[in-house]
Amino acid sequence: MALTPTDVAALARLARIDLTADELAQLAPQLEVILESVARVSDVAAADIPPTSHALPLTNVFRDDALRPSLPRDLILAGAPAAEHDRFRVPRILGEEA
Amino acid sequence: MTPTTMPDDHPARSGSGDHHAKIIRQTAADLAAKIRDRQLSSVEVTRAHLERIAEVDGEVHAFLYVDGERALADAARIDAKIAAGEPVGPLAGVPVAVKDVFAYSGAPTTCGSKILSGWLPPYDATVVHRLLDSDLVILGKTNMDEFAMGSSTENSAYGPTHNPWDLSRIPGGSGGGSSASLAAFESPLAIGSDTGGSIRQPAAVTGTVGVKPTYGGTSRYGLVALASSLDQPGPCARTVLDAALLHQVIAGHDPCDSTSIDAPVPDVVAAARSGDVTGLKIGVVTELGGEGYAPGVEQRFRESVDLLASLGAEIVEVSCPHFVYALPTYYLILPAECSSNLAKFDAMRYGLRVGDDGTASAEQVMATTRQAGFGAEVKRRIILGTYALSSGYYDAYYGQAQKVRTLISRDFERAFGQADVLISPSTPLTAFQIGEKVDDPLAMYYNDLCTIPSNLAGNASGSFPVGLAPEDGLPVGLQVMAPPLADDRVYRVGAALERALTERWGGSLLDRVPELAVPA
Repeated sequence: MALTPTDVAALARLARIDLTADELAQLAPQLEVILESVARVSDVAAADIPPTSHALPLTNVFRDDALRPSLPRDLILAGAPAAEHDRFRVPRILGEEA
Repeated sequence: MTPTTMPDDHPARSGSGDHHAKIIRQTAADLAAKIRDRQLSSVEVTRAHLERIAEVDGEVHAFLYVDGERALADAARIDAKIAAGEPVGPLAGVPVAVKDVFAYSGAPTTCGSKILSGWLPPYDATVVHRLLDSDLVILGKTNMDEFAMGSSTENSAYGPTHNPWDLSRIPGGSGGGSSASLAAFESPLAIGSDTGGSIRQPAAVTGTVGVKPTYGGTSRYGLVALASSLDQPGPCARTVLDAALLHQVIAGHDPCDSTSIDAPVPDVVAAARSGDVTGLKIGVVTELGGEGYAPGVEQRFRESVDLLASLGAEIVEVSCPHFVYALPTYYLILPAECSSNLAKFDAMRYGLRVGDDGTASAEQVMATTRQAGFGAEVKRRIILGTYALSSGYYDAYYGQAQKVRTLISRDFERAFGQADVLISPSTPLTAFQIGEKVDDPLAMYYNDLCTIPSNLAGNASGSFPVGLAPEDGLPVGLQVMAPPLADDRVYRVGAALERALTERWGGSLLDRVPELAVPA
């Protein structure tokens, strides 16, 4: 199927990346070529083959529920783009549609 | 660009020059022995490497950050420990370079991305912690493709790294800074991470050694994730023994990584010292060769097969029919995992924030920041992954890829029933020109053709130098793949090749790397 710049814009919105018109125009044909090439996986994957999500046959890993010190608050906030009253300061998250 | 800091008491280059030139060409094993015996001090060895970096890194650009003061202070502390007779690690006092994808507290960790420019991690990755705990000296952080996406280091937001064999060519990727730092004698050891070949492909094209341990053999704690089911930290070095010694230092169970294997580390050092391949069954993978491989790569590979046979190994041909699907499988699984892993770069808690003008919503700031902070390849893969995971396409793409991943693992299982190790060229081609493939993603992805199967299946795999391609005089690597937790076999075969080839060549391959111009 052909992937249009409009399709790519929809994907970019889902991925929260504000792509420019130039980027959309460049990405659409590139993604098309890549998708064409990776579609070959359908040639061999039969229904009765179990999927592998991970190379290790690991089940849950447990540890003791013991208290451990966490990283100091100030150290964490030092890396924040903005902080206020010992908290992360973020842009408004409510009224997105306003 | 992060500044390179040098200590104030940096010595004049004249006088110490010859002595330092000798220090930087030694192996890590030799340096460690001399530091332990106090024939050399760690300060002296560290200073020699810092000086080399100051001299040649303007041309090579292997490093994104060097902290000479911190390195020398660490070195002085290690020297004092040795002088006091305190127990130290097997590589005590030896400098090491760390790929900029590992958290090292107090040092900028950018992953080659603008979105993390200037970010200082508040903790150490387990691998970094183990280096420090074993008394190694961290010189700085090495350049890489942004978030480890690439095969050339051209995707770094801070400019490309140059291959010391030919400065117009790529040093491989994503860990091109680490491989170039070794080939330029800026560091005797380096740490890499390998998701689809990011340790092995750079090793191959720079004539150095790089090993991707068994998945779960080294801890991913503090390694900024690209694709969590594929990523694995590993050692980079100029010799097989040096790589094994570094492997031993960083490997082993870590409760901070839930996918870490709780089993003894295979005795890679003993294997690297032995190099005995008598009676070892070595399988040549039919599917990894032929059309699309450079003639010089094929020639050096075939010569190495003959060499291994002459050393007493039994050579068998094995078929792994699904390996031809490894590349498409990888380029569905990786984008899927990376698109969700990189969702954490949301401009809220750390890293870059752009467009926060007091009126824009968090969601708008997020989209503006990610637009400004991510490079082209990162955007491409995030969009691709978003597509592969979207409803309606999930089964056709990601779901199918996971099934082929099973088929590739089964190919390995069958092959390891017929042979103790498998071998192939590490890369189909030698180092290409910087700029040659930046606009052709598929041509770039092709470089990882031989290395990707071991990431999908999780087995151990390493690349070792086996000569220069006659047509272009550039290094060729041979890949050794071993079953999970049989990492020692990778080193055994690597050591056998190294010993026999060094004898044949009358020295190491890196003796032939061109002299870099050192400013007067």
